[in-house]
Amino acid sequence: MEERFPGIQVQIVNQGLVLKPGDLIRVAEFLKESEEFKLNYLSLITGVDYLEHLESVYHLYSIDLRTGPVVLKVRVPRDNARIPSLVSVFRGAEFQEREAYDMMGIVYEGHPDLRRIFMWEGFEGFPLRKDYIPEDDDVLEWEDVEWLERHNVKVPEDLKEHARRLKEAGKEARAQKPTEKEV
Amino acid sequence: MTMTIEAADKTFEAYDPVLRDTETLEVNLGPQHPSTHGVFRMNVKLEGETVLSLKPVMGYLHRNHEQIAENMSYLGSMPYTDRLDYFNSMSNNFAYALAVEKLAAIEVPERARYIRVIMAELTRLVNHVSVIGFLLNDLGAFFTPVLYAFREREKILDIFEEVAGSRMMCNYFRFGGVKRDFPAGVLDRIRKIVGVFPKFLEEFEGLLTQNEILCLRCQRVGVLPYDLAVSASITGPMARASGVNYDIRKIDGYSIYNRFKFRVPLGTVGDVYDRYMIRVLEMHESLKILEQALKEIPEGPVLNPKFSALAKAPRNFKPPKGEAYGRVEAPKGELGFYLVSDGTPQPWRYHVRAPSFINLTVLEDLCIGHKVADAVIILGSIDIVLGEVDH
Repeated sequence: MEERFPGIQVQIVNQGLVLKPGDLIRVAEFLKESEEFKLNYLSLITGVDYLEHLESVYHLYSIDLRTGPVVLKVRVPRDNARIPSLVSVFRGAEFQEREAYDMMGIVYEGHPDLRRIFMWEGFEGFPLRKDYIPEDDDVLEWEDVEWLERHNVKVPEDLKEHARRLKEAGKEARAQKPTEKEV
Repeated sequence: MTMTIEAADKTFEAYDPVLRDTETLEVNLGPQHPSTHGVFRMNVKLEGETVLSLKPVMGYLHRNHEQIAENMSYLGSMPYTDRLDYFNSMSNNFAYALAVEKLAAIEVPERARYIRVIMAELTRLVNHVSVIGFLLNDLGAFFTPVLYAFREREKILDIFEEVAGSRMMCNYFRFGGVKRDFPAGVLDRIRKIVGVFPKFLEEFEGLLTQNEILCLRCQRVGVLPYDLAVSASITGPMARASGVNYDIRKIDGYSIYNRFKFRVPLGTVGDVYDRYMIRVLEMHESLKILEQALKEIPEGPVLNPKFSALAKAPRNFKPPKGEAYGRVEAPKGELGFYLVSDGTPQPWRYHVRAPSFINLTVLEDLCIGHKVADAVIILGSIDIVLGEVDH
């Protein structure tokens, strides 16, 4: 490997080859074209959040030789996650890279159409990162608070306050709604 | 006035600039449209009736399956995999069980392996008959073929109900085996279904395969070339219709598939008709596997005794640190689960390789240049289930 690619840095972790982002495309192209490997089928791309870095995992198989998988991994820092896109080598990367971008926030440079695929446009945050907090994680309704207190569960004051505000907002909205007679 | 073909061509050419002068129209097919098989939108640019570009828009059913699974015990997401491709819950279970068994190196008893293969192949029959039924639906043969198909599907779903307790959401597989053994008499009933099924296929094929309308509408429509199929990671019947000889049952020989004799049908053209035909032929091969499995199935336990207590305390199950990718040949293509374990009861990362999601990559390439009505059957022949596409 090192003979073929001067200056490459490869590390083997869990039967996967860990590459630098800059080396990804030439390694993938070589594995696809060479007679020896013929890894012409990109099975899946997974984004993984390991807290200290993000990782993009590629599983390659060979359809002609019936071998595989060869696992390539690329590690990038969380705050600057940029990896060259593999769409030019494998068309099958198109949707999978969009998925990894949508869920993990890994930017695939050179992707022809890198948009969110599952979440809507304008959604903020990346749901599969470990530090993502779902919007409705700490929402309790007033009925829930009452139920919990009946069962002797201590509800934190800020959650209680939030529930009370929700309840009052609901009351107000109902008061403002015109009655049938007025309509 | 009679006109030779060349003359007609010339007249057509003369009018061609005028035809091209039509306005482009942007249409949204879906998300609430019967042809999209669920909530799926195709953003289509049309010139007249011809498709100029097509952008699939998905995510309406997105529920972040992966995050939910990452917050649950390993066994806890087994029933949730049923909801991915709700037509084939058994093969979803199969892929997930394989991935976890690979991660934790769990042995599966012999009888359970046979039961798994029987269930997976029955699922394939269910899927392929329904897909063909729905394809005809998209062609305009409204619901009669589907009802023929569903008549057979019901018989198999009855078996699922008796074995697993549910018709569609089976939740039948466990790590190291299956939930429970077949009740008495089920094997004989499966044998009976397998015996009668070829007769149904003959009837179904007699009505469809040589049907003039089906041939006209499906042949040379939505041709997927070999090279594009390989480079776009297309799998399953769709890839094999384009001549890609890739069947994971043959290549990995997972579970006990390497013991059975069956062939992998391959298409030559890669059009919608080939995809239809491949599914019919695959059903014949599935029946062959079923016959062999039913003949050879041994007696014995169906669950690895080390893991039989797992159902009562799923949080005690902590696979060693590491990662595993388990994949099966699901009826729609390669279905795989990529799991990363950090030694706790919850998976650190849980990723689904959904075949119908990735097969959609080439939808635009297949549809360009065809009519809107053809786009509908091309989508039907890709065979998507939105529960899986949007996971």
